[in-house]
Amino acid sequence: MQIKAKLIDHENLTRTITRLAHEIIERNYGAKNIAIVGIQTRGEFLARRICNKISEMEGFEIPFGVLNITLYRDDVRVKMTQPEVKATNILFDITDKDIILVDDVLYTGRTARSAMDALTDLGRYASIQYVVLVDRGHRELPIKADFVGKNIPTSINEEVKVKLVEVDGEDAVYLVESTGHD
Amino acid sequence: MPLESRHLLGLEGVPKKDIELILETAVGFREIIDRPIKKVPTLQGKTVVNLFFESSTRTRISFELAEKRLSADVLNFTASTSSLTKGETLKDTVRNIEAMKIDMVVMRHTAAGSPHYLTQLIDSYVINAGDGSHEHPTQALLDMYTIKEQMGKLDRLNVCIIGDISHSRVAMSNIFGLLTVGANVAVCGPATMIPRDLKKLGVTVFHNLDDAIQFSDVLNILRIQLERGAASNFPSLREYSRLYGISKEKLLRNKKDVLIMHPGPINRGVELASDIADGSSSVILQQVTNGVAVRMAVLYLIGTRN
Repeated sequence: MQIKAKLIDHENLTRTITRLAHEIIERNYGAKNIAIVGIQTRGEFLARRICNKISEMEGFEIPFGVLNITLYRDDVRVKMTQPEVKATNILFDITDKDIILVDDVLYTGRTARSAMDALTDLGRYASIQYVVLVDRGHRELPIKADFVGKNIPTSINEEVKVKLVEVDGEDAVYLVESTGHD
Repeated sequence: MPLESRHLLGLEGVPKKDIELILETAVGFREIIDRPIKKVPTLQGKTVVNLFFESSTRTRISFELAEKRLSADVLNFTASTSSLTKGETLKDTVRNIEAMKIDMVVMRHTAAGSPHYLTQLIDSYVINAGDGSHEHPTQALLDMYTIKEQMGKLDRLNVCIIGDISHSRVAMSNIFGLLTVGANVAVCGPATMIPRDLKKLGVTVFHNLDDAIQFSDVLNILRIQLERGAASNFPSLREYSRLYGISKEKLLRNKKDVLIMHPGPINRGVELASDIADGSSSVILQQVTNGVAVRMAVLYLIGTRN
């Protein structure tokens, strides 16, 4: 991995999560009807942090779940990859909830599409609002995030690597030279 | 991380990491079958043929459900209503089916080794759904999944398989799989029903049920296959039931709280008393539910590989 730039450090990430939490509360006139769902793997931990922040600010526990979208990915069906299947863990009823869907990087939009398909199979939510830490552009589908931590226009030969303490031992976002593997 | 083998023909020789991968993958699928919409689009566009040359209810339904829940197109082939009755060979039958552009075959056959033979005839992926008295790998995998789910581990667990080991494909697949993942495996039954060379595999052999119960954390009780003449291996069903049938009294006598498993269908009152089959230690119905998840995992891992 050849690092070209460090885009976000720990302090910036903490501030960004606080800002996103404020924006989510403001847009939803509070947090009474929202539920936070993180897309595995790093979206899960970002979602957890946003959820804790909102719960702390609003003074009550926000429903939280983890979504595995492996089985909805279209690249599985065209034999590109065989990703590990993990269990979705959403233990609350999503019916009529405003789902705050959280992921680390928005790129082609295919992950977001898969996540929306997966949520639709779980019940009839009121709405889905999409939160990403980084929007790096290059969309292949007409998808736009509702809440963006940082817009980082990238070239197709670059990648955005999000590192989180929970999985990587550090909080950082790097711009790296593409290795050709996603 | 794909499976090492292209097909799933049995558990003999299947590496530990493959078994663990299937069991871990099944956890994700187990969650799906509790959802309101029990379907994912993963095998959309794939065609799976269930080739059943021997009658089966739960295995065929379990596979069919697993395939449909993965959104595969499913064809069911039953030998008794096919061209086989007109004299067509197995080879010609499967080659004709494959010519219709299929992706996977799930096969049940009375002849041991028939799925292996099938892999030489066709390019599609083959999953063995039971071949004679040889192997029944998905049943063993669902048994292992259920044990792990209930007991939290497989390694160093004492599992005893009770009944007609010689003629049981379920027993053989369980023995191979459980030994691979590090369980202590024992069998118990009349000497006429225990293969002679089993000890060489590292399996403990009991002929006394009390000893077997004392040894065990898990009892996997096999059906006495009356339709295959199993009753000729012991003097009478009554005697078998008295010596090897699992009853509350025998478990209490050994002060043992063991997990009770049975691949079904049960001969109630023969190998298993009704109060035990329906009791709190029995996970027989959980085995059936888990079977769908495990088969979804196998179909996913084989059907989506490069």
